[in-house]
Amino acid sequence: MTLKTLSVTRDLLATNKQAAGAIRQELRARGILGINLLSSPGSGKTTLLEALADRFRGRFRMAVIEGDIETERDAERIRAKGVPAWQITTGGACHLEARMIGRVLGDVPAAIDFLFIENVGNLVCPASFDLGEDLRFVLLSSPEGDDKPAKYPQAFLSADGLILTKADLVPYLPFDPARAAAEALSIKPGLRVFTVSAIRGDGLDALDAYLVETLERLRSGRA
Amino acid sequence: MHELSLIASVFDVLEEKAREHGAIRVAGVVLKVGVLSGVVPDLLTSAFDIYKKGTLAETARLAIVAVPVKLRCPDCGGEAVREDMEFSCAACGSRRVEIVEGRDLFVETIDLET
Repeated sequence: MTLKTLSVTRDLLATNKQAAGAIRQELRARGILGINLLSSPGSGKTTLLEALADRFRGRFRMAVIEGDIETERDAERIRAKGVPAWQITTGGACHLEARMIGRVLGDVPAAIDFLFIENVGNLVCPASFDLGEDLRFVLLSSPEGDDKPAKYPQAFLSADGLILTKADLVPYLPFDPARAAAEALSIKPGLRVFTVSAIRGDGLDALDAYLVETLERLRSGRA
Repeated sequence: MHELSLIASVFDVLEEKAREHGAIRVAGVVLKVGVLSGVVPDLLTSAFDIYKKGTLAETARLAIVAVPVKLRCPDCGGEAVREDMEFSCAACGSRRVEIVEGRDLFVETIDLET
């Protein structure tokens, strides 16, 4: 009986990274900007997507992949806006993985501009899983408090942009958007920060312009 | 909170290596866990204990090595470990640092009995 030590150095997220890489390649080849939305439950991801659906109608085509533990509710809300949507119910899993997106990708119409992926509401686990997106946003709503970036640094570190949502509630809450932004920026400098109220429309012009500009950049880099 | 599914991936690696080397038992496993990986070592240990029953690794010793955050600074070229969750260059203070270690999860070594 002999004992030997094998040096393995196997990345446990390698399978996900590979699947994500393939998705990124496919989306870029199709000229689609993939956008992954991360946040805790109830921060307004779906409401923001409804607002963007209204704004993009007639200008850009979007599609949405919804991740939730249970129910089709979010996908139904998006479809009600005339936007194609697929619901992934994880049945308990706390995050979406690239493979789950890969399975849906074949059904996504070729001629779209933006593919939004609304992750499972959770500010922790989704941060570790690349879904093949080119843009990752963290949403933080005013009722959650402006002290969250330092408490959940992984999510903010992994993001390209921060969307402070429910700006319409700020007058009633001890939430300081500037403090939330400063804390997030101390973790991830260069984070693009947007302050929006999806139901009132504040701040959506800037977000809309940034999405369009990023899409154009992606497509010009494709040539 | 996805430690159990990560442990399932660990067991995929263990089974593959045990088969490759004709092992009769897995005696030990070393996992390297980045402090930014979002994974809690205690939960990983519990998940391992649940998963190992009835496998070749039933009596394996699990060691988890925490990998601290290592930052590289493009401004001064410095590279250093940072323990305080402060994402700036310890040498020049630049905030443009990139994270070179501390995010990943690795099966580092496996002890096999053949």
